[in-house]
Amino acid sequence: MSYLQGLRCQRCGHSLAPAPVHICPECLGPLELVYDFAAMKAELRRDAVEAGPPSMWRYRSLLPVGDAPVVDLGTGLTPLLRADNLGRALGLRNVYVKNDAVNPTSSFKDRPVGVAATLARAFGLDTLACASTGNLAASVAAHAARAGMRSVIFIPEDLEAAKITGTAVFGTNLIAVRGNYDAVNRLCAEAVDAYGWAFVNINLRPFYGEGSKTLAYETAEQLGWRAPDHVVAPIAGGSVLTRITAGFEELQRLGWIPETKVRVSGAQATGCNPVARAFAVGAERIQPVRPDTIAKSLAIGDPADGAYALAAIRRSGGACADVSDPEIVEGMRLLAETEGVFTETAGGVTVAVAKKLAHAGVLRPEETVVIYITGNGLKTLEALGAEVGPTATIAPRLEEIDRVLGSAAA
Amino acid sequence: MATVTAVRIRVPAPLRPLTGGQGEVTAEPGTLRDVIAALDAAYPGFKDRVLEPDGRVREFVNVFVNEEDIRFLQGPATELRAGDRVSILPAVAGG
Repeated sequence: MSYLQGLRCQRCGHSLAPAPVHICPECLGPLELVYDFAAMKAELRRDAVEAGPPSMWRYRSLLPVGDAPVVDLGTGLTPLLRADNLGRALGLRNVYVKNDAVNPTSSFKDRPVGVAATLARAFGLDTLACASTGNLAASVAAHAARAGMRSVIFIPEDLEAAKITGTAVFGTNLIAVRGNYDAVNRLCAEAVDAYGWAFVNINLRPFYGEGSKTLAYETAEQLGWRAPDHVVAPIAGGSVLTRITAGFEELQRLGWIPETKVRVSGAQATGCNPVARAFAVGAERIQPVRPDTIAKSLAIGDPADGAYALAAIRRSGGACADVSDPEIVEGMRLLAETEGVFTETAGGVTVAVAKKLAHAGVLRPEETVVIYITGNGLKTLEALGAEVGPTATIAPRLEEIDRVLGSAAA
Repeated sequence: MATVTAVRIRVPAPLRPLTGGQGEVTAEPGTLRDVIAALDAAYPGFKDRVLEPDGRVREFVNVFVNEEDIRFLQGPATELRAGDRVSILPAVAGG
């Protein structure tokens, strides 16, 4: 059974029955889901979760899917790696990396899309759609293929090659739009009124966002049912950070983990830093920016949940910072060289911001810190360019190894 | 072909009950603030759904003029000319 009761406007409190709708008809505010929390607390047990499948669907009782057959590619329960090498580099003693780059389509987006695709089918919609900076595109196309649904996907035309190929391969309708993500998103916000499609991150948005809460659920379970002291997550639209925060809060309300004040810090690229800038100047409203960064998956100049992410950061005592393109590449390389995890530019942003916040004393040495790595490095090879490549090219003769490695060969 | 003399305004689905179901309405050129005032006269209640009492655009509403966010233009003071297309959209989408 589902504990979902309906939708409620976050602004004016107006209530609606569950439906593929994301905007309050009264005030245009964003809708969120309402659950029967008392029943959840009374009936759900975390040992039932432990006995569940080795995927995000072990938490299905906490998700708004009810008894619907889920659209599942085997998403989730990704590794939480203790990262002592990275920790030493950052001057921190208890660092973990949540490696969500190893999901079926190589990013965390399989979590929200798994929930949205399941609900789209349950609502009787036959076409999955989205506006995407690349990772969502591949995930929606793959889930549509798996569910036997049609898909229509809108992306900015300048995306990385792997994100285009890695989406088109699923047999979707992939539409490249001349413009940046914000233009794509505006087009899709108009299209949602014109077509009866399930835009996972527009009209299915209240459901979609819930999938990202499993990032917090898994982290808590993998730490032995406790929350970390501090998490660092990237901010594009801002939804992931707010859903991670909500996920930990929910587990505390359920009594599944001890009461902990989880500090939440956000990571942006300097070339697209609307939330970091609002944080720095103490603003409450987000001023949009025109993105210009190699972190294309974070290049949202007008983040839908930006104000909510900002509020969550401030409430938690965390911080929000941004890093330059060269620092992003350094962050990608630091994580790869210290922990063997190859992340895309967005992960480079998160690692580089963690480094910055550690040096600033915001991340404290004794805190248990979890760094969320949300996408795979193979998707953004362009960012590394010629900077990473063979150490040498040699003839197949033994002495050549000594020649090129010198003392390092010993 | 007739000369275009009006500004065309795209109305999002949640506001269409106010416009008798119309997805597009027109108004005389002027500032965005003038245009919204004219629409409020034709479709009472329209202004309150788009602007705060202090005249700023509401937090959960985005307004675009010829595909450009008015926050990159002059906000509600943006001048609209005949043939311009205005799109009013709920702000929370995407990401």
